[in-house]
Amino acid sequence: MLSLSHVLTLSAILFAVSVVGIFLNRKNLIILLMAIELMLLSVNMNFVAFSHFLGDRSGQLFVFFILTVAAAESAIGLAILVALFRNLRSIHVDDLDHLKG
Amino acid sequence: MDFTYILFLLFGTIMTIASICVITARNPVYAALFLVLAFFNASGIWMLLHAEFLAIALVLVYVGAVMVLFLFVVMMLDINIDRLRQGFWSYLPLGLAVAAIMVFEMAAVVSGKYFGLEAMPQPETAAGISNTKSLAWLLFTDYVYPFEIASFVLLVAMLAAVVLTLRHRKGNKALDPKVQIEVKREDRVRVVTMANERHD
Repeated sequence: MLSLSHVLTLSAILFAVSVVGIFLNRKNLIILLMAIELMLLSVNMNFVAFSHFLGDRSGQLFVFFILTVAAAESAIGLAILVALFRNLRSIHVDDLDHLKG
Repeated sequence: MDFTYILFLLFGTIMTIASICVITARNPVYAALFLVLAFFNASGIWMLLHAEFLAIALVLVYVGAVMVLFLFVVMMLDINIDRLRQGFWSYLPLGLAVAAIMVFEMAAVVSGKYFGLEAMPQPETAAGISNTKSLAWLLFTDYVYPFEIASFVLLVAMLAAVVLTLRHRKGNKALDPKVQIEVKREDRVRVVTMANERHD
């Protein structure tokens, strides 16, 4: 039988995979954005699983709002990426050192 | 081992493999396509959890809109992949260590003692009312203000994306609305008084 801990473990694995993705692709902004999308997916999966097993529909509504914010975030992130590429001709993270941070 | 559990294992395995392919793919186009696969399998798992509306919304919003946006951007940019892949595997040991600790800790917390079937049995599905209907009932009563704020967030995101990527080309023939509005009557109209002329 499918239990809550199975789904939570799966989403923990997904979250860890996307953390590894952020470690590996720290120079590639596009894959970094994709790894953030995967993280949001794993969080959403936690919400859906708890909502199902506790019999409370509010968790699914939170997923709805998180989807909205995630869509807005990726749209703005990709727009920034395009503007960046237009100015620098590169999306390499090492080239983004204008603030000398 | 019932059929739901086998489906869960299948979807979960494919989703994990696809997400590993996302983070290791050499070509960003393949990464975006593997991300689509991962989202499809996640939506399958949500179907198993009786969240039908969200499963369909995930496919529509992510696979239909966000992933197409990713693919557009990836194809628009002319990136040097070799330079981006420099030192790609050098952080793998550290990342794997962090990931292993994370999975171990979370799995220990969410193991069967507190979240297993004894602690939380599989709930019975309510008959007669669909998932979409019950979500809509909540959304338009208790959550109506967050719903409207969400639409506002989307509007702001759309404006931000347009403003960020807008660019003024030289030699553009478009009219400037500010100049159009600031025109006064005196700039355009001249009243000429003339003597009456009568032809009888």
